[in-house]
Amino acid sequence: MTAFSNRPQTRDSVKIMSRLDLTKRLVAKLHKHEAVIGGIGNTNFDLWASGRRAENFYMLGSMGLAVPIALGLAIAQPERGVIALEGDGSILMQLGSLATVASRAPKNLLIVVMDNGTYQITGGQPTATGLGADIVAIAKGAGLSQAAWAADEGHFEEMADQALAEPGPWLIAVRLDAEKPKIQTTRDPVQIRSHFMRGIGTQPAWGS
Amino acid sequence: MSIDTDSAAAWPAEIHATLERYDVRQVAYVPDGGHAVLIQMAHDTPTMRPIALTTEEEGIALLTGAAVGGQRGVLLMQSSGVGNCVNMLSLVQMCRVPLLVIVTMRGEWGEFNPWQIPMGAATPQAFEMMGVRTVRVDRPEEVGPTLDAAARMVYDGGAAVAVLLSQRLIGAKVFVK
Repeated sequence: MTAFSNRPQTRDSVKIMSRLDLTKRLVAKLHKHEAVIGGIGNTNFDLWASGRRAENFYMLGSMGLAVPIALGLAIAQPERGVIALEGDGSILMQLGSLATVASRAPKNLLIVVMDNGTYQITGGQPTATGLGADIVAIAKGAGLSQAAWAADEGHFEEMADQALAEPGPWLIAVRLDAEKPKIQTTRDPVQIRSHFMRGIGTQPAWGS
Repeated sequence: MSIDTDSAAAWPAEIHATLERYDVRQVAYVPDGGHAVLIQMAHDTPTMRPIALTTEEEGIALLTGAAVGGQRGVLLMQSSGVGNCVNMLSLVQMCRVPLLVIVTMRGEWGEFNPWQIPMGAATPQAFEMMGVRTVRVDRPEEVGPTLDAAARMVYDGGAAVAVLLSQRLIGAKVFVK
């Protein structure tokens, strides 16, 4: 473990970056058909804007579910890398899921928390991270020892490279500016689910 | 975990056998005394991955991830946890993924704790208003056939079904000493 430990950071010390830029940098590294579970809101929209990968699942319904969906998938497909992209508001609603991930410790799971300190999509009201909560400290407290802040874009790339190559679970937290997404995903849930299943090579065993 | 097997009923083993027969791999749970034997059996079964949740709605999302990843799962909880799942059940209904939940009922038969009564009474409606079909079991001999029927609807038919194990079946709660 190097990229995660060689530049220890606090939430206050890291660079404020662009969600779309970081998402594009991450997606550009996905060469092994890694599955990406996008959390509700602007996280999903910038994932959509980063390329229409067949292995992307866009969770548009309830807050806090990207991490547990990713955990169930990571257990079901241990050979595939699985990435959960969550916003700070969303992960704050399901902090217990970090402890669940730590207790099962799937080697193939990376969680990326996109922290802008606000509920941006509803008008920019502050979240608890904007008022002092530190997701990396929470994750470590929940038992995810391989959790760290990305100091800047280069550090984020180093961390992503390590997380995609070495046994997890991993959590990378990034600070974001207030830039809004330019486009939005399509919304049909069954279409999203079936497109994703084709993308990861599974077929519904039910009702087909 | 230590379970008093002398007084244990046969139905937890029947549930376990049915889940094994359907190749259920992920057993997610928030525990209840009524599920203790089954949870221990899941921990003792190499093909089953027991997943202790921090809250029940996590299990709805986890099993959706399992289903789209090609693996079968089941969610175990007590009736007091059903209300926690309501919003998350949108995921199951909208994405049309299978879901099997086995609920041990509280607050309905000899319940000593009145705080359990409201959610116990609202459990069937909470599921049904979110599109999850409920099947209730009151007698030990009905457990095996009911679970088999529910599992078939879920894993072959893609349905969302909650099997409600009545408090009369389980026995009124006494806290494990």
